[in-house]
Amino acid sequence: MSLTLTYSLTPELAIQASYFVTAVLFIIGLKRMSSPVTARSGIIWAGSGMLVATLVSFLYPGMSNYWLILAALVIGAVLAWWSGRRVAMTNMPQMIALYNGMGGGAAAAIAAVELYRGGSEGLASSALAVVGGIIGAVSFGGSVIAFAKLQGLINRSFRFPGQQILNILILLAALVLGGAVALQLDASAGVVTAFFVLALVLGVTMTLPIGGADMPVVISLYNALTGLAVAFEGFVLNNAAMIIAGTVVGSAGTLLTQLMARAMNRSLGNVLFSGFGDTGGAATGTVSGSLKPIEANDVGVMMAFAQKVIVVPGYGMAVAQAQHKIWELCQLLIDRGVTVKFAIHPVAGRMPGHMNVLLAEAGVPYDLIADLDEINAEFETADVALIIGANDVVNPVARTDKSSPIYGMPILNADKAKNVIVIKRGQGAGFSGIENALFYLDNTRMLYGDAQKAASALIQAVKAVG
Amino acid sequence: MTGMVALYIFMLAAFTGYEVISRVPVILHTPLMSGSNFVHGIVLVGAMVALGAAHTPLEKSIGFIGVLLAAGNAVGGYVVTERMLEMFKSSGRQGSAAGKRSH
Repeated sequence: MSLTLTYSLTPELAIQASYFVTAVLFIIGLKRMSSPVTARSGIIWAGSGMLVATLVSFLYPGMSNYWLILAALVIGAVLAWWSGRRVAMTNMPQMIALYNGMGGGAAAAIAAVELYRGGSEGLASSALAVVGGIIGAVSFGGSVIAFAKLQGLINRSFRFPGQQILNILILLAALVLGGAVALQLDASAGVVTAFFVLALVLGVTMTLPIGGADMPVVISLYNALTGLAVAFEGFVLNNAAMIIAGTVVGSAGTLLTQLMARAMNRSLGNVLFSGFGDTGGAATGTVSGSLKPIEANDVGVMMAFAQKVIVVPGYGMAVAQAQHKIWELCQLLIDRGVTVKFAIHPVAGRMPGHMNVLLAEAGVPYDLIADLDEINAEFETADVALIIGANDVVNPVARTDKSSPIYGMPILNADKAKNVIVIKRGQGAGFSGIENALFYLDNTRMLYGDAQKAASALIQAVKAVG
Repeated sequence: MTGMVALYIFMLAAFTGYEVISRVPVILHTPLMSGSNFVHGIVLVGAMVALGAAHTPLEKSIGFIGVLLAAGNAVGGYVVTERMLEMFKSSGRQGSAAGKRSH
């Protein structure tokens, strides 16, 4: 009897081989997801990997509780499918946070099952279970708070003196209990429970003081942490698929977190340990000049006869659900031979890349969308810069006024365009509460009104030009 | 799997993750984060194994919650990533992609 034949009959080999295939599919999938041309197929590659791994895991020898597994699987899958289908594109960031937190919670649950059973697999295994458990529980607690904040369930940031010291104390206490469990000094159920409670509390207290604007970076960080927790629990369970997938996500997520922080002109330490996120200094920079209103008809004529129009969308456009109307307007202009481009600031949406998703939802092709570095030189040749729902990201104060809280933030140079049209609901300041010098420039005109209504009026105006 | 082999896997996987993401354009940051969020949904297989080996009612309840959460991670991550990526299209192949599904 040949060795290969005996091998081919064991479920273990089938499981290991399938996990190998899964790991390969995940990596190919992620690679494809990093280019807009192949991104759509990437998630399908990764998805088939997940399907293979899940199905084959039912073959594990010596498993019991099949009905419990199936019930939990079906309930979790149906709820997630239902919520994932329903969520609006504007609410995508908090939904990602929630699903990510669930992954962290699952990793912590695996650790809990192992630790309550009493780690009989030795010190390394128990230690890894403890480390994965604390990371997973922190990610779970933190992600839930991140979700609640972005969803508007928690509206304020909780800050008090000595907060960081308290967090460090909680972390130390959790580590001491975790150490006691791992070293078998005291691995009783009470200590294990206290360990997990402390880790959960740490996730909550770490995230509560962080402002809404910084939340995307934090969500990305928790995403990386969940990956790591999954990898550690993979070591505990001797599961190669979990080790590889978790580690890949851990390192990719860390890099993504850094890229996001850099795109927002913030360092990671700054995000975690300071509170700019939603305070916005009470800076009252003096701006000279006046706000000059304009009518939709005049803007329509201006754009219809322009060579080049650059649209600068902000989150305000998405809130007003005006992206469909804006794209309709742009299509009219393109049909007239006008060159139209969309300029996206890295923080234009709720997180880097979010605005691209919102525009894509409206049907805007991604090759008309340019990011800050690509487009900034082009504003000088643009006849019209149409600012809609954006504010701080086009404020030239960031270039000039050192006392401004947004000084140094890279901005879109919309002020360099020949004409600047700002669609705005009223005369308020931006997210950071800073007056926008752009609105007072000589080449700027204000088109007041709801973004969606203004866009409709512009469509009529361009059509009327004939 | 010995400890050293596990360590090698860990190191190589870490470099792979870094390399795969290193030149991604900003426009894909959100979908890619969502996609990697889906990938760590593989925790589902671990949760299944943990629940499959659970004996006491406490272990079973925690294992049940684990599988439930992990399934949510995997399925939810897939659905939202797919929804986002489905919308990315270039002006060249707009017609064909738009006709396929409507959301």
